[in-house]
Formats: sequence, C-alpha cells, structure tokens
Amino acid sequence: MTEEIKKIQVIIDDKEIDVPEGVTVLQACEIAEQEIPVFCYHSKLSIAGNCRMCLVQVEGKRNPIASCAMQASHGMKISTKSEMVTKARKGNLEFLLINHPLDCPVCDQGGECDLQDITMAYGPSSSRFKDNKRAVKNKNFGPLIKTEMTRCIHCTRCVRFATEVAGAEEVGAFGRGEDMEISSYLEQAVTSELSGNMIDLCPVGALTSKPYAFKARSWELTPTNSIDVMDAVGSNIRVDSKNNEVMRILPIANEAVNEEWLSDKARFSYDGLMTQRLDRPYIRQDGKLKAVEWHEAFIFAAKEIKKHNADEIAALSGDLADVESQFCLKELMDKIGSLHRDCRQDGAFLPMDERCDYLFNTTIESIEQADHCLIVGSNVRLEAPIINARIRKSTLHHGLKVAYVGPSADLTYKTESLGDKLSILNKILSGSHAYAKTLKEAKNPMIIIGQGALASPDGEGIYKTCRAIADKYGFVHDDWNGFNILHTAAGRVGGLDIGFTPGEKGKDTRKILQAAERNEIKVVYLLGADEIDEDALKNTFVIYQGSHGDKAAHIANVIFPAAAYTEKEALYVNTEGRIQQTRRAVFPPGEAKEDWKIIRALSEILHKKLPYDTRKDILSKLAKTYPAYKDFSRIEKGQWHEIKAIEVRRGMMTLPINNYYQTNPVARASVTMAKCTVGKKDSKSWEKD
Amino acid sequence: MLKDKDRIFKNLYGTLGAGLKDAQKRGDWDDTKKYVTKGSSWIIEEIKKSGLRGRGGAGFPTATKWGFVPKPTKEKPAYLVVNADESEPGTCKDRDILRHEPHKVLEGSVITASVIGARVAYIYIRGEYFHEANCLQSAIDEAYDAGLLGKNTKTGWDMDIYIHRGAGAYICGEETALLESLEGYKGMPRLKPPFPAVVGLYGCPTLVNNVETLSVVPSILRRGADWHRSIGTEQSAGPKIFCISGHVNTPCNVEESFGISIKEMIEKHAGGVRGGWDNLLAIIPGGSTTPVIPKNICDKITLDYESLMKAQSGLGTGAIIVIDKSADILKVITRIAKFYMHESCGQCTPCREGTGWMWRVLQRMCVGNATVPEIDELWEVTKQIEGHTICAFGDAAAWPIQGLIRHFRPEIEKRIKKYNAIATA
Repeated sequence: MTEEIKKIQVIIDDKEIDVPEGVTVLQACEIAEQEIPVFCYHSKLSIAGNCRMCLVQVEGKRNPIASCAMQASHGMKISTKSEMVTKARKGNLEFLLINHPLDCPVCDQGGECDLQDITMAYGPSSSRFKDNKRAVKNKNFGPLIKTEMTRCIHCTRCVRFATEVAGAEEVGAFGRGEDMEISSYLEQAVTSELSGNMIDLCPVGALTSKPYAFKARSWELTPTNSIDVMDAVGSNIRVDSKNNEVMRILPIANEAVNEEWLSDKARFSYDGLMTQRLDRPYIRQDGKLKAVEWHEAFIFAAKEIKKHNADEIAALSGDLADVESQFCLKELMDKIGSLHRDCRQDGAFLPMDERCDYLFNTTIESIEQADHCLIVGSNVRLEAPIINARIRKSTLHHGLKVAYVGPSADLTYKTESLGDKLSILNKILSGSHAYAKTLKEAKNPMIIIGQGALASPDGEGIYKTCRAIADKYGFVHDDWNGFNILHTAAGRVGGLDIGFTPGEKGKDTRKILQAAERNEIKVVYLLGADEIDEDALKNTFVIYQGSHGDKAAHIANVIFPAAAYTEKEALYVNTEGRIQQTRRAVFPPGEAKEDWKIIRALSEILHKKLPYDTRKDILSKLAKTYPAYKDFSRIEKGQWHEIKAIEVRRGMMTLPINNYYQTNPVARASVTMAKCTVGKKDSKSWEKD
Repeated sequence: MLKDKDRIFKNLYGTLGAGLKDAQKRGDWDDTKKYVTKGSSWIIEEIKKSGLRGRGGAGFPTATKWGFVPKPTKEKPAYLVVNADESEPGTCKDRDILRHEPHKVLEGSVITASVIGARVAYIYIRGEYFHEANCLQSAIDEAYDAGLLGKNTKTGWDMDIYIHRGAGAYICGEETALLESLEGYKGMPRLKPPFPAVVGLYGCPTLVNNVETLSVVPSILRRGADWHRSIGTEQSAGPKIFCISGHVNTPCNVEESFGISIKEMIEKHAGGVRGGWDNLLAIIPGGSTTPVIPKNICDKITLDYESLMKAQSGLGTGAIIVIDKSADILKVITRIAKFYMHESCGQCTPCREGTGWMWRVLQRMCVGNATVPEIDELWEVTKQIEGHTICAFGDAAAWPIQGLIRHFRPEIEKRIKKYNAIATA
C-alpha cells in the first residue's frame, strides 16, 4: 500500500519546504509549522471555506486566498505573515466579533474556545461597532446539546458533521445573510447517535453539552485518558473529573478506532456513575437486603459456596466485566471445580479455537479498504455507532457497497436488502442467490455478523454458514481477513480470550439458567451480569458483584460493590481484539473495590487463594498464558482454519438493541440517557430551556 | 451612435413579433448548421477576433471562457447553463431579450453548446420573470416543433434546452450559486478554484453565460468578427444593450455602441436628465454594484470598460441609473447597502457581518447621527470586505459605498455637523 507520494516544493515565509503533492496550502503551512487560524476548517469534514480566517497571501494573486481550499502547487510562494494577511485576518475577526456576545464569563466554552484564542492573537482590544448586536433565538437540539445561537459564528461544522459523518440530515442553516440561523429540522431533537460530536466541533459556545452546563470550568478539570466500555468499539476517551466526580467525557483521537468521534452513550452516560451505585456490601436476610461489612459478606457467600457441590455452582460475567476480574473468577471457579461459566449473557454462538474465530478481523480502520460488505443480522448503527460511521465514510468516499441480511434498519447509508430471513445465507453459500455473483467479483469483501444473529436459535448454523461463505468467496486472502464478528459488550472479547466459557461438559448461559430453574444449580456468581432472565434465578443463591443496583442486584443474596470503568485500571478488549486499558479518573464510591481484588479476597476466605497480590501479577500471568496479551500494540489473530457449514434452518432473529440509550447498568442509571430514551419517542416531551 | 443596420436586437421593443416565423424573418436560425459544422475552434477563433466580452457584468472575454471548458467524456458530459437570473438593480436588458428575442438566446445556446460539446442546456431564469419564462418556453416549444431542438435537428447539433425558474435570490445570479441552486441546494457560491468550466453542474464541465452574451453570438458569426470589432472601442467591442433608468425623462433600454458618451446616451435615448443636464447629481453607470460617479466626471466620460474603470467605477451590466439633484445621495446608497445586506447569502464572514454593519452606519449617517472618524471607519470596513469573500458579492456590496465616500464625503460631513449642532444646541 506504500505508494510513492510525490513531493513538491513550496516557499512559505521565505523558507523552502517540501510537501506531498496534493496537500492544501493550509496543510503545507502546518507542515512548515506556521499556525494558521481556522474556524470552519476541520480535517475530517468537507471544506467550506466560509470563515475566511485562514487567508494567506500567494504571490501573483491580487487578493488573499483561503488556504484551506487552495491546493499547493510547485514553486508557490506563500506568505502567512504579510501585512495583507494580518490585515485581512484582523478585519475578519472583527466581523466575527461584532455580533458575538461578550458573555465569555458565563460561557461553557470559555477556556477552550477557538474564538477566544484567536482573538488573543488577532483581536482588537475594543469594538468599533456601535450598533446593537444580533440576538438569535435558541434552538431545540434535544437533551444532549445546549444551544446559545447568538454565539454562533456560522462555520457550519455542525451541519457538515451531521450531513457527512453522522448521516443525519437534521441540522442545517436557514435564512440568509446576517439572518442565517443554524437549526435542527423543525427544531426537533437530533436523533443521531453521534450528535455529541457537534459540541466538540463547535469552535465557539453555540453548541455546548447540556448535562455539563455550568458544572465546571475547563481549567479546573483533571483529565484522565481512558477507554470507553459502553460498546465493544473501545473508543479512546478523556475522562475529565473534578472533586472525585466525572464531569464530562470527551473523545481522544485514535485513527485506528474512533477517529475523533464518540458515541452519545459513551459521552453522556457518565451521570449514571453517580446514581444507583452500590457503595457497600449487602447480604439478604429474611428476604431483605442488609448492609454489612466486607468480611461479613465474604463469609456469608463463602458459607453458601462451601455448602454445595462444585457442579451446583456457576458463574456468569456481564458486558462491562474487565479481563482481570473475569480471569480471576475463572481461576477461582477452576479451583472450586465448577465448569459452569459463561461470558455470553445472550448465549451467542462463538467458537474459540482461534482468536480470529470471534474477532472483527478486518479491523475498523481497514473497513476503508473493503469494496463489499455483507451485514448479517446487525443494526450496526445502534450496536457500534462509531463503526457504522466508518462504514458510512467508506460508502461515501471509498466506494464500499453494503448489503444486509436480517431485520431492516436505517443505517444512514445506502444498503441493499437481501431479505430479513437469515436462511438466505444458504442460498448465498450455494451460489444460487444473485448476491453470490457480486461476492465472487469482490476484491476485498467483508462480512459483519451481529450478536443478534449468533444468539438466535440458529446461531451455530448462521456462524458456520458465514464461515463457509467467507472461505468460498475469498473473504480471507493475503493480508486481508473479511470475517467479522461485531460484539456489543466491552467485556465479551476479553472473556472469550481468557476462556470465561463453559469447561468440558460445563454449562453455558442458557443451560445454567435452565438448571437454576430446575434447582440443579444452587449458587450463581454474577460478575456484573444484568442482561439475563432474573426470574430463572428465583430459587438460586445469587452472588452479585457490580457497580450498580441494577436488575440482578434486586435478586441478589450477597452484593459485592465494585468499581465502575472510570474508577479502576483494567483491561478491555474491543471487538477487533485490541487490548486497551482504562485508567482511574476518580475513586470508587464508599466501600466499593476494584473487581479483581474482591474475587482475590473471596478466594482467600474460601481457602482457595489466588496467587495474585497485585494487578501486575495478573498481567504477567496473562502474558504468560495467552500470546495475545504479550504485546498490546499488535493484534494477535491466530490461524484461520476451515469450519464446515451447517444449514441455517429457520433463520429468524431479533436485533439485540431496541433502546440504544439503555443497554447496560451505567446507562440505565443515567438520567441523561433516560431523557434520550424519551426524546426518541417524542422529541418535544422534555423541557425546552 | 449605432447605425440602425448594425443593430442586433431589431425587436428589442417587441414591435415585430417574437415568434419563430418573425424571428426567422429577422435572420434568426438562418443556416445555423453552417456555423455549427465549421467546428468549435473556428467559432472560438471568430468570437475571439470579435472581441466579445461577457455581458453579465464582469466583462470577461467570452472566447477565453469557452476555451477553459475541457472536452466532455462519457462520465462527465459538458453542460451549458444560460444565466437569465437578471437581478442587478437597474438592469432589465435580458428581460427584453427573453420576451422579444427569445430565438436569439436559443440559437446562441445551440451554437455555444456545439462549441463545448454540450447536449443539454439549462436556462436558469429569475423567478420573478414569469411572463418571460412563458415567452421563452413557447419559443423553445416552437423550436422543438420546427426541428431546431431535440433529436435529428436541422441545426446539426442535437440538444435539449430546459428552463429552470429561480426563486428570486440575487446571489443566484453568481454562476456557482446558480449551479448550486440548479442542483437543488441553497444558492450559495462555491469555492473557486475549481471553476465551473472544469467542475460545474453535477461536477461536470459547465459553461455559464449571460443571456445577452449568447444572444449576440449568432449575429457575430453571420456578420463576421470584423464587423463586431469595428463597433465600439479598442477593449469594448460591439454594440450592447444599455438600460437607462432613474431621473430621466424617458427611461428605456437601448442598443448602442460602446464608447458613446454618457451625456449623449442620456440625451439622445432617454430624453435627457429631468430638469436638464445641469440638474444631474451623479450617475451609477453599470448597475447598483458599480461605484457612483458625480456630474463633473459624467460630463466627459464615455461608456466603455476602460474609461469607466479609469474613473474607478465599472461598466457592469450597462444599467445606467441617473440621479438628479432632487435625490439624497446618502439615502440612495443606504438603500443599495440595505439591498446587499438583504441579499447576502450569509455563507462567509466578511459579507455576512460586514453588509449589515455598513448599512447600520449608513443609516445613521443619513441623518447625520455619526462622527467624522466613522466615515474613515466605514471606508475601512468596505476594504475589509473587498477581496476577502468567496464570491464577488462582497466587492459588489463594498463598491457603492466606496464610491459614495470617494465623491460625496463633504456631503456626509456636512450632515454630521448639522446633526451635531442641533443635538448639542
């Protein structure tokens, strides 16, 4: 892929410099380390050239030119500091400021505002404009985005983001001239799952975070680089905290994963970290939960575990469980002798012979190199908005064609529906379906299989048929692997990696729950597992370890309060198999402890002590046991191998996510996410302030 | 003065009938095939020799513009777009062409389309020109029926012409905004480069020409480049339609040769300035965009690109707006500034914010509620807009005000003093 990029020479401020052919004047200036002030330009969006801040002088041109929109050519003489340039920029900035309110002291953008920064460099100290400033009515953008439209400088970044990246043509500009206003369509809530990014993109305080409004000043916050766990994408985030409270979450640019974007759930569900928290251990006595000390809870649980045969004990791990805790719990269950454990709460069929069996092998970044994509039973938009945006980008800019099998969904880009029954896969495999021809001609085809399909009764058939399709139509060749499992849970791949799955003759989730109903399983250890059918555990002794008093905590007999993802250092593996680490931004509330420590402590009380005293011990053990955990900088995929097809019989399935905003305990505890849930149905129902 | 035999638009006043038969009597569609078959390089050469400059206001050499359009391919066909969005205040020349000489537009379109290889032409007509659009449509229907448009035509160039009616925005007369509007988007000018000649309508090579420019093409080819060259001045060749409005006795459209003195023009064709030449205050020589010139300059100036440029104004669309001494020149320019504020598309900063600023200051200056330094400030604001915008609208908004300050500064100062004297008394 390393094409020789031709270099051209340009002269920037009398200095000769070589830049790649095809770059804009702005990019050339950046290479020459000459800062150019911009408002409307953004590297991930189309070029608008409307702010006129990036004007530079090019020899031979009568007027200054917008550097963001002009391609650099060989021998171009560019001046970024000439009198013409400074005059133009000063004048321009004055224009932007005449109608911009002087409300920086009460503006949430204050301190991280492009207009403030650039005004420091080019701005006049006082205004020559003596007439009244323009005032613009605020717009309703929904529960996430607070608008202060008087501050808007009409850079249209938000409009371009919504139209180009999010694929939600809900934001636009109406009116003309100085009456131009940015608004959502009919002032309805912006329904995109990526809408929060407009806040980051807004160079001024016109669009700010509604939940964060007036909570803190940007310079008071302590940033902590971490990883998001709301889906299996593993978006890189910055957790901004103050006084041991998460104040906001922002994306960190990572081209390989989330580019510069973040999904709304990842960005806004943090208020759930402050509510419904389990902050001390509980035991259930006489049908009522009673707050106790840690050792009492441990002894209470240990007594019950010891009472039963190893075969009557099971463990399930939830969507937000980190690698370390799952590994410890697995080791503990091994020591106890129980083989009944599973990290797949939905019961998805996922073989684990090699890592490539259950990973998003293509990797998110390489979606841009695919030419055909077959989506099997997944609403990618809800299951992984960031990946969906990447697919959309590929369809728009790289000619990717998308077809899908399964229940229909609006994915924001053009798709070809092959039918809603997954049994169509049989026909595609046999070659009798018209789509088979397309696949045959594809160069870099990819298939994305959703958890909904794998969790359906026909999961095994679907998986194996897809594998056979992948083999037959050359989805795997050279350094291309187009076979992808799209996970929805941040903890899932880690669980599969370390084998938090039924041991030999052990029971999987479905069987554990069935056995519990029949009272064959007497004790179930739930490691943050809330997405199961709790009714099945009515007669079972439930040990619940987790951060939130969610569904499963209500039926628990013992509750071990644990840290949430912002409160611990832990490994999470995203759907690509990329191992990343969260960092502690705040301390867990009350008595809550990091997950692996709880299990380690319990093991000691059970006299089955795990040999790990520090997290480092676990990491080195992981590195020794699993090759993938030796080097986090590369993704170990294992050897691709053939799996024989099984026919898909019925092929009925349901999509796993109905309500995007409330898929896990943290999100369910979040008031913001609740507002979004309501806002989806009726955008006018929450308060308009 | 233009001789009658040199007139291109014989039916400018609608006295001879606009239908196909009448048009043919006047020579339209006469052996069009002959010129089409001579090929594009011959036509371009001929037009180049004739010295034809775009009649839409900018006065760009037409043949040069045609030469920019690359050869169409199967993936990227070329388009011809006829700019009939005549919105410049004071201008109504295209209007008379569209309703009285529509076949000249069509024939010119066919010949020009053959030059760039376009099989489709769109005529983007101003929404307010309802009657004109109807006239044009019936001319198009006639041409189809007569086998002049469509398939297997008598002209030797098969093509279709469609009318697209605008919604009345001034900015849609800017060629890239026009293309945006034609594509169904908001009429906002595009960044240039790339120019529409290379990346235009639907990303394809597109030639955008004014109605008048295209209408004169067939006549130039028929009568010869030298004939066109012989009329007018060195840099402004040929006859052109001028629109005289304002404080004259008989406002009119008239076809006249370049280089005629403005005084002669007004006195011969428009019945003179109301109350006599000495009652003249100033003239806006080429549509509201062009800076105003006061009487002392008008006394001797001729109507052509070069001399008006020298007088720091411009020929623009050839719309002469006459202002006599009964008018308040400040009010006139303020009204023009308001127009530009209202018509600014709002896309780029200097124009969006600057046009409103200028109008507000002018409004106060009209009554004298300002300070003398503010006049310089206003001048600076116009300079901050000029040349810094995406399209030429910014310049267009700045120039009238620059003209005002350049020639009527004493008047503004007088008014400020008077106001302040009353205010402090």
